[in-house]
Amino acid sequence: MTHPEEILLEIEGLEKSFGDRKVLEGINLQVGKGEVIVILGPSGCGKSTFLRCLNGLEPVQAGRIHYRSQDLAKPDVDFREVRQHIGMVFQNYELFPHMTVIENILLGPLKVQKRSRDEAQRQAEQLLERVGLLDRKDAYPRQLSGGQKQRIAIVRALCMNPEIMLFDEVTASLDPEMVREVLEVILGLAKQGMTMLIVTHEMGFARSVGDRIVFMDQGKICEISSPEQFFTSPSTERAQHFLDIFQYDKL
Amino acid sequence: MQNSGIRVLFEGSNFERLLGGLLVTIEIAFISIIIGVVLGTIMGLLRTLNSRPLKAILRLYLEAFRIIPILVWLYVVHFGFSPLLGIDIDGEVTAILVFSLWGAAEIGDIVRGGLESLPRHQLESGKALGLGTRQLYRYILIPQAVRRMLPGAINLATRMVKTTSLVVLIGVIEVVKIGQQIIELGVIKAPTASFWVYGFIFILYFLVCYPLSRLSKRAERRWQN
Repeated sequence: MTHPEEILLEIEGLEKSFGDRKVLEGINLQVGKGEVIVILGPSGCGKSTFLRCLNGLEPVQAGRIHYRSQDLAKPDVDFREVRQHIGMVFQNYELFPHMTVIENILLGPLKVQKRSRDEAQRQAEQLLERVGLLDRKDAYPRQLSGGQKQRIAIVRALCMNPEIMLFDEVTASLDPEMVREVLEVILGLAKQGMTMLIVTHEMGFARSVGDRIVFMDQGKICEISSPEQFFTSPSTERAQHFLDIFQYDKL
Repeated sequence: MQNSGIRVLFEGSNFERLLGGLLVTIEIAFISIIIGVVLGTIMGLLRTLNSRPLKAILRLYLEAFRIIPILVWLYVVHFGFSPLLGIDIDGEVTAILVFSLWGAAEIGDIVRGGLESLPRHQLESGKALGLGTRQLYRYILIPQAVRRMLPGAINLATRMVKTTSLVVLIGVIEVVKIGQQIIELGVIKAPTASFWVYGFIFILYFLVCYPLSRLSKRAERRWQN
């Protein structure tokens, strides 16, 4: 997917600061339909903030985000509408603890999208089946493992039928043995052609799932390349340095 | 002779009078809890605002009720303020006033705690699903806050019911006082009257407070997360 036919999301000159501190400086990126973009970079480089700007969880100071013939960087955007098309999954799952699994999943479809319960429930159950958790649909989040909660959080976002999915370090809080079950779900979505922007620290996963790797440092995009190229011969020194950190054999 | 004590309970209208006394007890506690919840919710909300002086004043207010015994509050209002202001504050009114202010202080603390402990991420997670502000409050914030507050609030209600027994000392005729009156009249004929009357009052308090305490335990267990 290096030459996507249809551009779904186009970001131009995005600027974001927290007070005096600049977190994003002139971000430019085009995301094609069905493309999987993996965003890598050291802690605090602005990659999570960048994702959060795309569905309006963080207001931006300058630049443009073209999506569905609107500019999401403008102040008057109806994000309630946009967020139905751009789903997001967070690091700490954030299931609603007072609702069962199925209630968590159906909240958005029923209350935001006003869909019929029968139809939404059918879809929710199909999705749960796919991630192997249909038998847990009446459980409460506290009865689930971290990996199960995160798979439910993904299903909850998917049940809104989003066009784009944002994943913000979704395996960072998980015990190592649960990382795989979550990554497999995301890999499955990639195979189905879901457009995704993924922030992760799992290098092996980044390499296998990504169509393009975006490397960020200090609020800027330093490098955009194919996974093959990025992991074998990155074109910037900063990216090389970043990759070295993950090479424990060089210790 | 053994059973003569228990007969005191059913002599004349004694039984009805004791239940009437219980009603006064419940009335004072119930009205105070309602007023306390309303005022306390406002205070709790105010305490989550970012105003230092406001926080300090409300904190001091709470401590005043935690440190100074309720009995002293009752005396200060009933015997202190009445002559000072030149008005006669009825015992029951005093009781409701003091208990409401106490309830407001404690409920305020429970509401503040409930609101402050809600993680910000829960809101974001709801926003990311496209929920609007009112939906966020209705489906996510309020249900979780209420679940956190309910055990503490029910607990406070039981404490209030029990503490109403102090109002005897400012001349309010409630269940304990009526018990004393019945004993005074009956004790010469039946020396064991006090055992049966106080035993009955014991059971009455238990019947009012035990369901509350069970409810609080159940809520706590069911909603722990």
